[in-house]
Amino acid sequence: MGGRTVKTTQVAVIGAGPAGLAAAIEVARAGGSVTVIDENAKPGGQLFKQIHKFFGSREHRAGVRGFHIGEQLLVETRELNVEVLLDSPVYALFPDKTVGYIHDGKEVCLKAEKIIIAAGAAENALAFPGSTLPGVMGAGAAQTMINVHRVLPGKRILMIGSGNVGLIVSYQLMQAGADVAALIEAAPQIGGYGVHAAKILRAGVPIHLSHTVKRAMGKDQVESVEMMELDARWQPVAGSEKILAVDTVCIAVGLTPLTELAWLMGCEFAFVPGLGGHVPKHDLNMETTVPGVFVAGDISGVEEASTAMEEGRLAGTACAEGLGLLERERARDLKTVIWERMNALRTGPFGDGRRKAKDHLVGLPVGGYE
Amino acid sequence: MNERVQYTGIPSEAELLASPGVPSRQRLEQGPVAFIECVQEIPCNPCEEACPFGAITVGEPITNLPVLNGEKCTGCGMCIAQCPGLAIFKVHLRYKEATSLVEFPYEYCPLPRKGDRVPCGDRKGDYVADGWVVSVKNARGNDGTAVVAVEVPRACCLEVRTICRKEYR
Ligand SMILES: Cc1cc2nc3c(=O)[nH]c(=O)nc-3n(C[C@H](O)[C@H](O)[C@H](O)COP(=O)(O)OP(=O)(O)OC[C@H]3O[C@@H](n4cnc5c(N)ncnc54)[C@H](O)[C@@H]3O)c2cc1C
Repeated sequence: MGGRTVKTTQVAVIGAGPAGLAAAIEVARAGGSVTVIDENAKPGGQLFKQIHKFFGSREHRAGVRGFHIGEQLLVETRELNVEVLLDSPVYALFPDKTVGYIHDGKEVCLKAEKIIIAAGAAENALAFPGSTLPGVMGAGAAQTMINVHRVLPGKRILMIGSGNVGLIVSYQLMQAGADVAALIEAAPQIGGYGVHAAKILRAGVPIHLSHTVKRAMGKDQVESVEMMELDARWQPVAGSEKILAVDTVCIAVGLTPLTELAWLMGCEFAFVPGLGGHVPKHDLNMETTVPGVFVAGDISGVEEASTAMEEGRLAGTACAEGLGLLERERARDLKTVIWERMNALRTGPFGDGRRKAKDHLVGLPVGGYE
Repeated sequence: MNERVQYTGIPSEAELLASPGVPSRQRLEQGPVAFIECVQEIPCNPCEEACPFGAITVGEPITNLPVLNGEKCTGCGMCIAQCPGLAIFKVHLRYKEATSLVEFPYEYCPLPRKGDRVPCGDRKGDYVADGWVVSVKNARGNDGTAVVAVEVPRACCLEVRTICRKEYR
């Protein structure tokens, strides 16, 4: 244990994505001391990969490209003197609310009064023969390569999955100069927004529904892919196999909340498929079943940057209230407005399911919880 | 075969006809007008504020489909670059004697230049006809979304929605 540096803060936020930054901003605005810790070299989480214009309403900065939203958040964090520690993976949380992280090869302990976990989500994998060949990668990885590092992962791409991630990353790969040979989707309908699908169709990308990958082939890397059709019971249709020459396969089959730190803290979990799997139970303040430990953003259910920021604001406001920095009534007013904005986002055929899943999660009974 | 957008990725003719963002044939005859090809209830409303004439309404809830008021729409095209879904187009039916002008958002390199002859494609990216680039607007406020106007044979003005990416690179 010797050699560890020990620091203190009122609120420790893990993850400098939209949820974590928005949370930190609220704490700082109320006058609290707050430290954001992220393992990346740059803050912003997923936002800096998003070069497309976001949906939503004006309050959610719709029409603004994702990375510009990230830049605006960073300006606010700087103005409010929020401490953001980068290149610092958090490896442990201790029951006394000490956060253990590594920086510059050294272990550091940060003692906090409240913790907000905003670690985001990780891409789901898909296993098939040949899926370990170089050239098979997550769509998010491809997006990081093109939009953050400016490296084209391949020239001819097969995208698997028609959710918004698969559709948007296909579009961005073409903007970066690649060809998308096809997008395949196992379900009989497109998962993401029609307008995102329309963009790639206009660019000549065929979308094959009820299709999956049978195997990827190649000597040292992907050279081709065999795809096949699925019937109404999701069984392969004999004789439907087709070979497609591609050098890259991108997998966009969903995200799973990154919940390890919440498990470590002993938070109670619920399994909610509509939110991406096992998620920490939380109340309307985003507080988990462990008092003083909050969650916000994709970790509490995979949604969008707009909802992630609102959840961050909620958690930050609730922390400030808990620390006595905000009066109860003021905090209640602020939180009501945030919930109204968030519920407006969770409407329509794409949002209703998430709203129901969230309502279910928030309504779940928790042991010893007020 | 189901023709609806969630099965094809392209709004069907029936969906476009039923959409409150698509102008009537009568309005199209009268002069340049916006086509808001947004047929799914998604939480999004920048188009509402983009229109300087108040011709687009989303209202509450934010998942409402955008409604185009054909009388207020002047066909200025200001909304095109503001739609995050790149789903707004503009059609000037009687641009010249036998041609129409179609404007669409375009975010690929290289950008075409005024006077270029370009292969124009439909909503599926399939080649429809050659067109002439009349203007490429890429003002600061467009934030990188160029708006390209092409002159095309009138018969295909309701089909042309892009430059064919397969042919034009
Ligand atoms: C292709 C694509 C398109 C999208 N388009 C839109 C859109 O148009 N509109 C929209 O609203 N949303 C969009 N989203 C979704 C949006 O990006 C995410 O929902 C949002 O970023 C989630 O925010 P977050 O703060 O919860 O997580 P993240 O942005 O993932 O941030 C979490 C951060 O925590 C860090 N972290 C995790 N664990 C640790 C640890 N142990 N130690 C230190 N740091 C850690 C991570 O490195 C990361 O920086 C899109 C997502 C993708 C992939």
